[in-house]
Amino acid sequence: MDSVNNTTSPVPSRVKKMRTKLAAFFLMLYRVYAFVMRFFKEVFLPPYEFKEVIRQCYETGVRSFTLITLTGFIVGVIFTKQSRPSLTDFGATSWLPSLVSIAIMKALAPLVTALIAAGKVGSSIGAELGSMRVTEQIDAMEVSGTKPFKFLVCTRVIATTITIPLLATYTAFIALLGGYLNVSQNEGTTYAVFMDQAFEPLTFVDFWASLIKAIVFGFTIGIVGCYQGYNSTKGTEGVGKAANGAVVTAMFLVFIEEVLIVQIAGWFR
Amino acid sequence: MEKQKAHIDKNNTVIKIRGVEKSFADYDVLRGIDLDLYQGENLVVLGRSGTGKSVLIKLISGLLTTDEGTIEVLGNEVTTISERALEDLRIRIGFSFQNSALYDSMTVRKNLEFPLVRNRKGITRKEINTAVETVLDAVGLSQTINQMPAELSGGQRKRIGIARTLILNPEIMLYDEPTAGLDPITCIEINDLINEVQQRYHTSSIIITHDLTCAKMTGDRIAMLLDGQFQRVGTFDEVFATNDARVKPFYDYNFIQ
Repeated sequence: MDSVNNTTSPVPSRVKKMRTKLAAFFLMLYRVYAFVMRFFKEVFLPPYEFKEVIRQCYETGVRSFTLITLTGFIVGVIFTKQSRPSLTDFGATSWLPSLVSIAIMKALAPLVTALIAAGKVGSSIGAELGSMRVTEQIDAMEVSGTKPFKFLVCTRVIATTITIPLLATYTAFIALLGGYLNVSQNEGTTYAVFMDQAFEPLTFVDFWASLIKAIVFGFTIGIVGCYQGYNSTKGTEGVGKAANGAVVTAMFLVFIEEVLIVQIAGWFR
Repeated sequence: MEKQKAHIDKNNTVIKIRGVEKSFADYDVLRGIDLDLYQGENLVVLGRSGTGKSVLIKLISGLLTTDEGTIEVLGNEVTTISERALEDLRIRIGFSFQNSALYDSMTVRKNLEFPLVRNRKGITRKEINTAVETVLDAVGLSQTINQMPAELSGGQRKRIGIARTLILNPEIMLYDEPTAGLDPITCIEINDLINEVQQRYHTSSIIITHDLTCAKMTGDRIAMLLDGQFQRVGTFDEVFATNDARVKPFYDYNFIQ
């Protein structure tokens, strides 16, 4: 009897654990859904925190400028440099501007911008709100009759949704510039010819898909960072977890959204 | 400083708590508590750490919800009130947090302006400046107006936290451990400030503490929270005139050690 008991008892306990984990997962999904719905409910209602939105745009946009410039330029140069040998093998070096522009405009610019923003902006939002939560600053706003969700969450999500598409456009420009400098140095192509060849294969759908992608990425980074920070618990450990969760979840979602949007954009071509 | 006699109106109950219960997971924190706060009174809630003192004032301000029972604040039933009405009610309640909860990214001035600008529509810059200077003067920290919270001492942070609540002229003040983590001299200064706020702003207050000096200096009435219920309510001397093994060590530790 004893041996039977020993072999059967861990199974129900494992099932119970799995059931608890599954329940916690669905509860978390519901909480995220409720958080997003609350954002859409509150964002259109007054009072509108224009000043804070502008301040957040500055924090998320302008403060990421140097990093984005550097990364965008390097991406443009490296991508052009790495693509050249393959095209040279087929005697198709003249296609380099087209290849570079397609890669940058369609995929690299929004994706690179989003990944950098997820690391820099997302983590900073998660840590800032998490720290405000554990030091009761959010409760202090609540009890003083102000609306912390509107002031802290709505403003940050609006800011990332506005600034990340702008940063992505800027990244595309800088990356193309990097690509041009490399092509110009090696093939002696003029700026006018490079730009002409670069934009020739791109369609209106490509621009819109990239812009929509960047808007979706911006919204995702903002809302994930805010969700993680706003619901942070367990003191300083919770702040670290919120910052980390904001980056990891946002990056994961950005890749999933990239796949989905590329698929959807393909239907319109 | 000796506590001045307060003008307490026992016919006017500003907070009425009846049968309130609150649990976290399997732990019953509050087990059917009843309490009244009268107009103009300083009521001290005493108890050991983890007995639900802070939970009580979070329930009063609507930061937490009750499992059972009713809480009436200034004639409004907090447990059933609408979100909008709760926001309006909160403006009439000042909440001083244990760690002050000053907004780290704002200067002292911005911290004080924040609730005012958001709750008083059409207020002019001149009126804002006057209100900020008045409350800073009331807590004796006019010189800190342009400093960041990180540059302030623990006692100064507490004072600014109190000033931030006073700027909306609250009718009720809720103090969560106002003297926790402060040196004895600063504790006395904070106790004096609590009494001064009562006299100057005619507030009714609930002071959560486990500091008996604070209780004795500020409390018109003491309510001792033990095992999730108010076991002893009365003046300081009445509450401690007992041989109850749960109450006596509390007194002995604070005053004999």
